[in-house]
Amino acid sequence: MSDTGGSSAEDGGEGSESGPTDGDVLETDGEGAFDPIEVFPETGEPDLRPGADDCYKCSTCDTNCPVAAVDEEFPGPKFQGPEQWRLKRREDHDIDPSITKCSNCMRCDHACPTGVPLSQQHNTARAEYVAQQVSRFSREYWRNRLLANYGTMARLGSRVPRLTNAVMGLSATKWLNERVLGITSEREFPEFATETFREWWADRGGARVSSEEKRIAYFHGDYANYNTPEVGKALVRVFESFGYEVAVPDQRCSGTPMFANGMLEDARRAATFNVEAFRELVEDGYDVVCSCTSCSFALRQEYLELFDLKGVETVATNTYDAVEYLRIYEDLEGALAEASGDDGQPAAFAYHTPCHARNQGLDGQTVELGDAVDGLEVHDVGDSCSGISGTYGWKRERYETSMTIGAEMFEHIERADADTGLTECPTCAMQMEHGTGYEVRHTLEVLADVLLEQ
Amino acid sequence: MAIEDDVLVIGGGLAGMTAALTAAERASRVRLLSYKQSTLCHASGLIDVLGYAPDRSGPLVDPFDAIPDLPQGHPYERVGTDAIREALHFFDAVVGDAYRGAHTDRNALVPTGDGTVKPTARYPASTAAGLASRPRATLLVGFETLPDFDAPLAAAHLRETGVPFETRGVTLQFPGIQRADATLTRYAHLLERDEPVDAGAGAAPARTVLAEAVRPHLEGVSRVGFPPILGDEHHAVVRRDLEERLGVAVFEVPSGPPSLPGIRLERLLFDALEELSVRVTTGVPVVDYEASADGGRIEHVLVDRNGQRVPYRADSYVLATGGLVGTGIDSSRERVSEPIFDCNVAHPTDRYDWFEDDAFGDHPFARFGVTVDRELRPLAADGEPEFANLRAAGAVLGGYDYAAEKSGSGVSLATGYVAGTHAAAEVRG
Repeated sequence: MSDTGGSSAEDGGEGSESGPTDGDVLETDGEGAFDPIEVFPETGEPDLRPGADDCYKCSTCDTNCPVAAVDEEFPGPKFQGPEQWRLKRREDHDIDPSITKCSNCMRCDHACPTGVPLSQQHNTARAEYVAQQVSRFSREYWRNRLLANYGTMARLGSRVPRLTNAVMGLSATKWLNERVLGITSEREFPEFATETFREWWADRGGARVSSEEKRIAYFHGDYANYNTPEVGKALVRVFESFGYEVAVPDQRCSGTPMFANGMLEDARRAATFNVEAFRELVEDGYDVVCSCTSCSFALRQEYLELFDLKGVETVATNTYDAVEYLRIYEDLEGALAEASGDDGQPAAFAYHTPCHARNQGLDGQTVELGDAVDGLEVHDVGDSCSGISGTYGWKRERYETSMTIGAEMFEHIERADADTGLTECPTCAMQMEHGTGYEVRHTLEVLADVLLEQ
Repeated sequence: MAIEDDVLVIGGGLAGMTAALTAAERASRVRLLSYKQSTLCHASGLIDVLGYAPDRSGPLVDPFDAIPDLPQGHPYERVGTDAIREALHFFDAVVGDAYRGAHTDRNALVPTGDGTVKPTARYPASTAAGLASRPRATLLVGFETLPDFDAPLAAAHLRETGVPFETRGVTLQFPGIQRADATLTRYAHLLERDEPVDAGAGAAPARTVLAEAVRPHLEGVSRVGFPPILGDEHHAVVRRDLEERLGVAVFEVPSGPPSLPGIRLERLLFDALEELSVRVTTGVPVVDYEASADGGRIEHVLVDRNGQRVPYRADSYVLATGGLVGTGIDSSRERVSEPIFDCNVAHPTDRYDWFEDDAFGDHPFARFGVTVDRELRPLAADGEPEFANLRAAGAVLGGYDYAAEKSGSGVSLATGYVAGTHAAAEVRG
């Protein structure tokens, strides 16, 4: 290789004196020619080749994988991503079933020094596995489909929230879930709110602030709508206090649990609906904000990586985490410092950064805001994964893995000088509650408490 | 509005974290931005200052004897000997008991996973019992499922280098792990949590079973070296437990990537950053900057947040983005460049002059990087600082070949320390 400048140039290139000729196969078309999310025009499928080629097998991803650290049967993200992709070039190779052990936390993406799109490779491998190797008649398939489409269940269940909550809490229901569906009976099913966020929004008559310049469209997702409407209400009140006109368009699940269960066609339907709904608002000058960090991550990155939809890039580049948005466009720290006068209630929280927040550069944000408020202490409980990863920790066969991963976080929460938890991800919150018994709040709720006179 | 700080450090490796820690002792608001995990996860965890001279003579007994003879433009020549010593004192204070070697200027000799002996200035406490200068009979233990460390081969190689002690190696089955593709963190987690494993005689805690497997091979030795997988956060506990069970000293043999000792050092420094209230943002890259009207100062940098370019403003900036491996220095077929500020990177125009034909030759590319003045400000081709408020530290600097000299960590510490000090002094208050 290293003697190219000498004899080989003379052998092949007529009159060429230095280096390869114009026809050299190594020639690329200039700088930055590799775009890992480039789409093959013929198929519409993501082209994963450049991403796989960028992997130099340093195994940094493997050392960041929370599942691989507790389960030897999981060979880690490097295998699931670039290595499996290469194996698949041979047509007689199936996807390795261990792909279902990936929890989709995406810490590998965050770690990779060369930007290999590992989670994109995992998402496509998982979808291929489910489409081609999982029976449509198996319990796993229907259980996963049910979990992935939680929003559909929630829509039905929240029509009669008290009844649903009572039924879901019954030991008979749990027994059935565990035996028939393979949903763990160890966890308490999250309660449905007696009034959904959208019902509240409609009742109050929608937006109370109108503005030509400052407009946001809220992507609440299913959880804030059906289970924790107080988070959505806090978001609306905080943004209105900064003078924003808030829109709440019709929307479906972000698709996160569908990606994680390999239900890519379900996710494509949800994404198509959401992109269409929010694209029009973005074109009218709205920015999209989310209160759940997995939702914002889906809109910002996964849609773009997986689906070739009209306006998907417009939506992706105009989507933000709600708190991030205020940090960027408003003097949030200043407002917090001013609002936290003498009557502020002293409060201390044990804060966990969701993995999907890390991927958006949001780690540290909540702790920094805590610093701005007198009497508010936000203790970071470290960088371990909570282990639940959405629907993952709800599966009977994954429950133990999920809790083993979570052990470090539970210990750090209990060691922190606080007795309330804080996080932005609804399933991380479930795990924190489940592992420690702490009440867990959302950052937006705490901001609303500080900023708004009650 | 921009996200505001006094000092903004770009890059989360050893140089960047040192710069941020140094600055945080002198300025109130310091932020560290790190795009991806740094090359510390590839690093041995050893803190080399200078193991070999640029003419490749060595190993050097005392790096401080050789530093005054380094050529002009070498990062150590730029910052001076006193700064190197101060930076080492600073490091010693930050890491405390986790590192050894501060008692002397002289290099320690640490056996590596390849059976070589590496001269280094500081070493993790976990490697301390294994130093090659101690004449104690040694057993190296490798595992079937971890082929990167071949203990009998490493032992044979050590014997060839003439170490003053008996050494032999043995390859065992790691209790509780059968698969050849389990990750390193799986081994560490098993030992750290002392999880029950079944090695055929019923379940027992992993450390107990491991000690039982090693015991029959101990005859005549007074220390045992393992690959660096002996636990994670509480690795000192794992090591001590094994020492008590085996009745001999236990140490880790530094290895190539991925490397838990490098990752442990990273965590140690991140904890120190938290202690000093340094704001840390990871996962998003700095992609561009705005300069003042006359081009003399950086007004703010732009961080790509999923397609949106968000300004981050500070009074002064430290560039610690790494070298060719860490992607702080980039190359195309036409040129070598520094991708964020496009600082001048001197290099021959003909790319066939960037390397030597001999794979182990004295490659010019190994010295590619930005050129700096004595305050570590990157210099343009005309010899003037690129920006008044930008400093550079670590592997993004040119003028040294860290792989040949074994000077990577020392340069990162010394230049990170100096860059952080100057960056804090620049803060307008």
